[in-house]
Amino acid sequence: MMTMTEFRALFQNGLSKQNAGLVQLLGLCPLLAISSTVVNALSLGLATMLVMAASSGAVSGMRHFVPHEIRIPVFVLIIASLVTVIDLLMNAFVHPLYLVLGIFIPLITTNCIVLARADAFASKNRPLHSVVDAIAMGLGLTAVLVVLGGMRELAGQGTLLSGIDLVFGADAKQFVLHVVPGYPGFLLAILPPGAFIALGLLIAAHNWNKARAEQRAHAAIPLPA
Amino acid sequence: MPAPFILDRSSVTQVMAWVLAALLPGIAVYVWLFGPGILITLSLATVTALAAEAAMLKTRGYPLKPFLSDLSAIVTAWLLALSLPTLAPWWLIVTGTLFAIVVAKHLYGGLGQNIFNPAMVGYAVLIVSFPVQMTQWAGPLELTGTSLTLAQSAMVIFGGDVPRATLDAVTMATPLDALRTGLLQQFTVDEIMTQPIFGRYGGTGFEWLAFSFWIGGLILWSRRIIDWRTPMAFLLGVWLTAGFLHFFDAGRFGPPWFHFFAPSVALCAFFIATDPVSGATTPRGKLVFGFGAGLLTIIIRTWGGFPDGVAFAILLMNLSVPLIDAWTQPRVYGGADRRGKEPPA
Repeated sequence: MMTMTEFRALFQNGLSKQNAGLVQLLGLCPLLAISSTVVNALSLGLATMLVMAASSGAVSGMRHFVPHEIRIPVFVLIIASLVTVIDLLMNAFVHPLYLVLGIFIPLITTNCIVLARADAFASKNRPLHSVVDAIAMGLGLTAVLVVLGGMRELAGQGTLLSGIDLVFGADAKQFVLHVVPGYPGFLLAILPPGAFIALGLLIAAHNWNKARAEQRAHAAIPLPA
Repeated sequence: MPAPFILDRSSVTQVMAWVLAALLPGIAVYVWLFGPGILITLSLATVTALAAEAAMLKTRGYPLKPFLSDLSAIVTAWLLALSLPTLAPWWLIVTGTLFAIVVAKHLYGGLGQNIFNPAMVGYAVLIVSFPVQMTQWAGPLELTGTSLTLAQSAMVIFGGDVPRATLDAVTMATPLDALRTGLLQQFTVDEIMTQPIFGRYGGTGFEWLAFSFWIGGLILWSRRIIDWRTPMAFLLGVWLTAGFLHFFDAGRFGPPWFHFFAPSVALCAFFIATDPVSGATTPRGKLVFGFGAGLLTIIIRTWGGFPDGVAFAILLMNLSVPLIDAWTQPRVYGGADRRGKEPPA
């Protein structure tokens, strides 16, 4: 089983210390391509997290039977099958969103953060730990995606949650928040450069926060009398 | 080259002051030919740039006075303002200037560290994001017959209630826009060039503006503030590329003198490509940098999605500067050449 300390350490790793988007800078292609709105970002983040949790669990479960030399192809096959399942599920239940996300759902297969967790963590740890680790990592990635999506959507079109009707049907259109009414639109934030600039700002904020925390911890050490 | 014992006391402030002074003839001609609207754009950009500069210096923990008074922010503001449409809305000017100073200058480390020309970053951001608002150019007085007064221009820029007809009477498509639209409508260059907006060499009025920027450039060159290589190579790149295309098919490509005598090309050659921070630093590198920027300007003007290509050409060449500098390092006297061959003893 798993102790509370381990559990907390895994989540701290995934959400902040080893955050996939801000610290490891892994899986940036979907991060930059899909984060133009909050809804897109959240959906792809959750889909990636589901794939990660399932694949890490599966990889961990069969870690004693996979020969070391061919582990990567085996992992990729497992991930690809799981992505196919997610792909078909999304096509069936949230078809409009499926059309918007398009190629980026199948591309979760090649997302290096999924394979990185399978190889670096799941293949060396017990299933429960692996699943928790994958969920923590996935949540960290999703959080970055959502913040990035929020920044870009707000700056780009002055709304939040636009496209929510793609998930919950046409009635949900009333949930779209028009934060700045009559906004002229700022195309740069929606275009790829906006994603790079916003991610750069997020990473800078993260590093600044970390440096400040370290400085405070340093200052807190009492001087010898 | 001066003798080595003659000290050159030029400081950043002095260089920047000369650049600003060299822009004055251009600004005077601008006001004379296109109306006083540009003065408002220039002032607004200057105020925004200084405020942004002060805020960023304070955040980064630098002293305000020495950096604010080095005039570099004002140079950026003026270059951007001169690139923007004469009657652009105020928020466009403010957004562009903020982007130039905050992102392109200070986030990259401040003056001396910015790998991209800040004014051109501001322009590129605006033309990509707001292509429609970037078309409100005042036409030359010679053709419109009337221009907005300073008060009317302020009304237009600050979003006051100006009758559409007043605005339509003084704004016109620029020569570059006219050429572009005409070509898209399957007219030949000769047919398009019969429009009154085209003058003897460049555009009516616009060619005089270009000429006044040339004067400013010659002032800078005579003070040895800019090197002759970058502008020469840039103008040569523009002329040769446009000339080659025009020679190849005169119906579809504008003549080289039209591109050569455009104010944007003149401003770029003497004031933008010559930026000592974001441009190449070696003597041969300056030739490569200038020529490449000229070549790209014409290519982007001809096949790109936007009316002018100067900003994108400069940004692309800014990106290549580390490579250009690495490849064009001059041989140290008496040292080995690039292939490691020692000179004969």
